[in-house]
Parts: sequence; C-alpha cells; structure tokens
Amino acid sequence: MAEKLLVNPIDCEGHGVCAELLPEAITMDEWGYPVVDPHPLPPGLERNARAAVSACPTLALRLTRS
Amino acid sequence: MSGINSSTALWYTSRATGVVALLLLTAVMLLGLLVTRQGRLPGLPRFAVSGLHRNLSLLATAFVAVHVLSAVTDGYVNIPITATVIPLTSTYERLWLGLGAVSFDLMLAAVVTSLLRGHLSRKAWRAVHLTAYVSWPVAWVHSVFSSGDLQHGPLLYLAIVCALAVIAAAIWRVSAAGRDVPRAERVSLLMSAVHSKAQRHPPGGARRGERTLSQ
Amino acid sequence: MTAVTEDTKDAATELPRLLPPPENKRAHDWPAHADRHGRLPYRERPGTLIRDIEAAGLTGRGGAAFPVHRKLQAVLDAADKRRRTPTVIANGAESEPASDKDATLLWLSPHLVLDGLQLAAEAVGADTAILYTHVSREHDVGGRLREALQARQAAGADRVPVQLAQAPARFLSGQETALVNHLSGGPAIPTFMPPRITERGLRGVPTLVQNAETLAHLALIARKGPRWFRSVGTDAEPGSMLATIRRADGRPRISEIPLGIPLKDLTGEVSPDSAVLIGGYHGTWLSGGEARALTLDNRSLARAQARVGAGIVITLPPDRCGLVETARVVRYLALESAGQCGPCLNGLPRIAAALAEIAGGRARPQAVADVERWSGLVTGRGACHHPDGTTRFVRSALRTFAAEVDRHQRGRCSATATRPFLPVPEAAAHTEQDWI
Repeated sequence: MAEKLLVNPIDCEGHGVCAELLPEAITMDEWGYPVVDPHPLPPGLERNARAAVSACPTLALRLTRS
Repeated sequence: MSGINSSTALWYTSRATGVVALLLLTAVMLLGLLVTRQGRLPGLPRFAVSGLHRNLSLLATAFVAVHVLSAVTDGYVNIPITATVIPLTSTYERLWLGLGAVSFDLMLAAVVTSLLRGHLSRKAWRAVHLTAYVSWPVAWVHSVFSSGDLQHGPLLYLAIVCALAVIAAAIWRVSAAGRDVPRAERVSLLMSAVHSKAQRHPPGGARRGERTLSQ
Repeated sequence: MTAVTEDTKDAATELPRLLPPPENKRAHDWPAHADRHGRLPYRERPGTLIRDIEAAGLTGRGGAAFPVHRKLQAVLDAADKRRRTPTVIANGAESEPASDKDATLLWLSPHLVLDGLQLAAEAVGADTAILYTHVSREHDVGGRLREALQARQAAGADRVPVQLAQAPARFLSGQETALVNHLSGGPAIPTFMPPRITERGLRGVPTLVQNAETLAHLALIARKGPRWFRSVGTDAEPGSMLATIRRADGRPRISEIPLGIPLKDLTGEVSPDSAVLIGGYHGTWLSGGEARALTLDNRSLARAQARVGAGIVITLPPDRCGLVETARVVRYLALESAGQCGPCLNGLPRIAAALAEIAGGRARPQAVADVERWSGLVTGRGACHHPDGTTRFVRSALRTFAAEVDRHQRGRCSATATRPFLPVPEAAAHTEQDWI
C-alpha cells in the first residue's frame, strides 16, 4: 500500500530532524523548512519514514495512505 | 567483614541507581531545553539531540524504577509500595520520600503522554511535559535530603553542578522565549528587516518617452 | 415527491437574476422579494435539493468554483456517518479588496442569500445557520440584514434561526478554515486540513461554508429548476455570476454577467500593450492582446493560465505601471500572511521586497531570479493557498510586464501617472487583536 509523506506546515518549526533521517525524500529549503517529495514512498524507505515521523519534535510530519 | 546481606545489597542498589537516575534526568532536562531552542550538540546531527533526549528519558525511567523497587523491597527500612506514587505515606523520611513520589508521578505522566503523543492534543501533551520544570527540582531536593549521600564529598559537588547546569539552561531557554516574536507580529517584523536590506543601483541611460525612476 | 422541479420558461435568458432591476429601489424589502420570487420552496426532506443543484451544475462563486452539490453531499454524508447535526455558513466576508459583489448582493438582494441559506440548511439537515459578513464602509449592510431577518421572522419564513457574525478586516478572513477558527473564538487564521471542515468544522460538526452569491443562485434554482439556470452561460460552466469590473476610472461596477461572455465586453476596448487583471489579487495579469481573445470562463482562461476566481476584471489604465501596482499589492499580501507557516512567512516578505526594488528601478541583477526561486519555494507549502495565489499573481506580472521589467532595470518606467490605482487597504495587522 503506497504511502505519502505530509507536513503540517503550521506545526512545523523547522527543526530539520526529518531531512536528516530521510534525505531521499526530504530536503531543507533556504530557511530551514522541509521540502517533502509529494510522490508515494518507494517501498524500501518505509521504515526510515516511520522513524522520521516519530522523531519530529513537534509531530508535524505524517504518513498517509495515498 | 560487616554483614553484607541481600538487604544491604538492595539498599546500596537503591542509593546507587538513585544517583545515576539524577544524573540521567539532569541530562534529559538539558537535552529537552536544547531541543526547544533547536540547539545542537557539537559534531552530532540534529536528530541526536531529540533522540538522546527520548532515549535517556526511557533509560532514566528504568533507573528510577529499579531505584524505587529496590528501596521498597529491601527490608532494612519499611517503605510501603504505595509510598512510591502516593506522597507522604512512608514513615521513613516521610517528607523527602514524599517529594520523590511527587517527582516520580510527574515523570511517569510526562513519559507516558510522550509515548502516546499521537493520541493527545498538542496543548494537553505540552501542559504535562512542562511539569518537568517542577519534577526535576523536586527530584533534586529528594535526592539531596532523603539520604546523606549527596550532602558531602564528590557527590555534593555533583549535585551542585547538576543544579547549576539546569538553572543556567532554564534561564537561557526562558530568556530566548522572551525574545520570541508573537505570531501576529512575525510578518511585519520580517517585512521591515528585508526591506531595509534592499540594495540600490544607480539608474541607467535615458530614452525618449520614458520616465526616470527616482531613488 | 419528485426530485426535479418544474422548469419555468419565463424570460430564460434575461439578466439580471440575482440583482434587482435598477429602477426598483425597495427591492431589498421582504414584500418586494416575496412578490418577485415567491415563497421559499422548502423540500421537506434533507438531500432532495442536491439532485437539482447537481443537474444545474452550480459551482461556488467565491473563487474556487467547487461543485456545490458535492459539498452539500459531503456534509450530508458526514452528518449521517458521524451522527452530528451540521452547521451552514453563508460566507459574505469578501476579503478580496478589489471585489465588491457580495457586499452589493447583500445590500440589494439580502433575501435571496437568506433564502439560499435556509434551503442549504434544509438540504444538509442543519440546525445552525450563520451569515458572515465584513464591515462595509459605504453601506450599513449589518443594519439592512438585521431588518431583513426581522421581517423574515415576522413572516415565519426561516426555519433555522440565523446568526450574524462579522469578519475582521483581514485578507484571509474569508478562507473557510480561518472563518471557522474565528467563529470558534480564535483569530481568523487558517487551520491545517485534514480533517476537512465538511467533516469536522465549527464546534466539531460537519460544516458547510458557501459563498453568499452561490446561495442566492441556489435559492433561484430551487424555484425555477436546473434547466432555467443552464439557459445562460456555457455547457461546462453554466449560469450567471456577479462580476466586479474596474475600468480606467477605477470605480467598481457590479454586473451580473453570463459565464462565457467575451472579456472585451467587460473591459471595453483594450490596447494590446495595456493589461487586464482577472481574478483579483490571487489572479492573473493578461496582456490586452491576450484578453481580447478570451471569454470569462475557466476553460477559456486556462489557455492563459488564468481562472475566473471571484469574477474580478480590472483594466490597468495605460498611464500606470503594472509593476508598481503589483509591488504595492504584494506588499499588502505579504503583510496579510498569517505568519504560521515557515515558507509563507519567509518567502512572501522577501518577494515583496524584491518587487519593490524592481518597481523602484533599484533592483540587484538577480532580483527577478530570486523572485522566481522564492515563488517556487512557497507554492503548495502553506496550510492555505495564500502563498500559491500570491505567486500566481506575481509570476503573471513578471510575464505580462516583462518589457517593463527591462525598462526598470535601466532605471526607466513607461508610466506617466503615479497615483495608486488598485485598491489596497492601509491598515496592517500588528497584534493578535487585529485578527479577531
């Protein structure tokens, strides 16, 4: 089941933890906020994606079924 | 050799794990304050700060659990198990152990709400987490006064260093929060900042029919 | 009970429909309304109106053009699934400064909007109805609405009591989650979806937010049927809409026009090197040449990457500078950011500053490239579409006024008048109170 990453931009404070844990799908813009790949996650990345979701200090990152 | 029996061993375990727990909880507090200021540990990636904060808090919980259980199980002094969570129900060192129970309760609440964070509102989680500002000092007072261990020698210095570190970090965090811009003012502040940084270039050559832009 | 009403064949193509004939000065009164339009045609069961609305092809007139029947059905379904009673809200906030059509509609035909509100409430089974308006400088719209509600109460017309609520003077206050946030006692700033407000909105219940003009159309479809509605407009985009038209004199004219009308009928003669703004401050600048070839409907405008939006059509007088006007508007749009989302908070002020440099002829060489980069960075990364709409407006300006950008980079400007043309409110928000 393909999943997609989603950031709640209101809760996001730009800690940058997600981009470190999942550089394949998340990069940081010039202001420190995450740019999330809108495409469905490739199958191998799901575990790392869950780690990134769990590691976000403000729980702004989510995984949703697409 | 004086009688080292299982009871004494348990008693020493309680005291030792108590000291380690205090150290771990101090580290957890410092790391937590660092996370809120988006600070970094030199040489370590960003996820290390929040990751260590979480992992050490779980480790600290384990140490506190052993500290509490060994104190209760040991037969030398009578501490009912309820005294671990209900303050002032122990006859031994009633006040200081009572404070330990208070601190333990608050700590458990913070840990459990954090583990269940996805199911709570942001406000509820934050309210419980902020009780750490109470839980840690209470744990410190409990540590220093419920036995003589931290009242002299190297352990006294350790206790003082921990207190100073947390106080300094808390002051740093609160003073930075005082400089936080309220939401309604953020964009006008940034507007002034970027507009005053705008550079100027002299105008180019004139052409018929066109107006010169004044600087 | 039949699902589709009998069509009326009277003057099917006659406009205006929503606005009263100009000679009728008391059209806003209850007796005049009842005379012209007849009784409120309640259906007596939730859901039955929705089929007619679907057949009519009514889409939202607030800017997003979302199919109304789908929104109604979503609220009805959510109410059934969650067993909660919905709330309906008529959105008359009209927070777009260049638009005046909702204020005009509420001033001239309040009863049509209020009829639509009741019928929408019945269609979704709501027990709460709110009319959300902004303070008008010209007319005491609030006073007229209160009179209208009293007259309806005396006539026993309304089944769901209607509350009046006022929107703060912020650009975002008409955004549907910001509206719900404000009505819940908070600031008029957006919240993140999911969940959609049709699922969980005001006080946690399924909430229908519909533009005031949309509800007025709904009130007429309920009386005259879907075929009557479709007798003007295009097949894909049927019906009429209220347009706010500003020509060279800058004064807004509200006209009820059929969708698909040629733009040149609205703008008058426009020279190829002047410009037309379609859709307001989240809309698109077109060159005069482009505009001449297009009609006011989304299918046609899509060819120029434009949308009908809330029906705002503004012709820039040839003596004004499009870049200067754009820079002024973007400064306002940046100041109106809620400041909640990092990309919008950081990007919009920087874009505004760079545009001010470009407009002032003192831009660094990379200013245009910076604006393009920042525009790409902020699009789609906020909780609402404020950054997206702003960058659409900005990019269309850089494209349509490309020759002017070149001139400005040489320190020259083709405009001869410096008086501001596009209406931009003065008051900026500085404290939390400004958002409540």
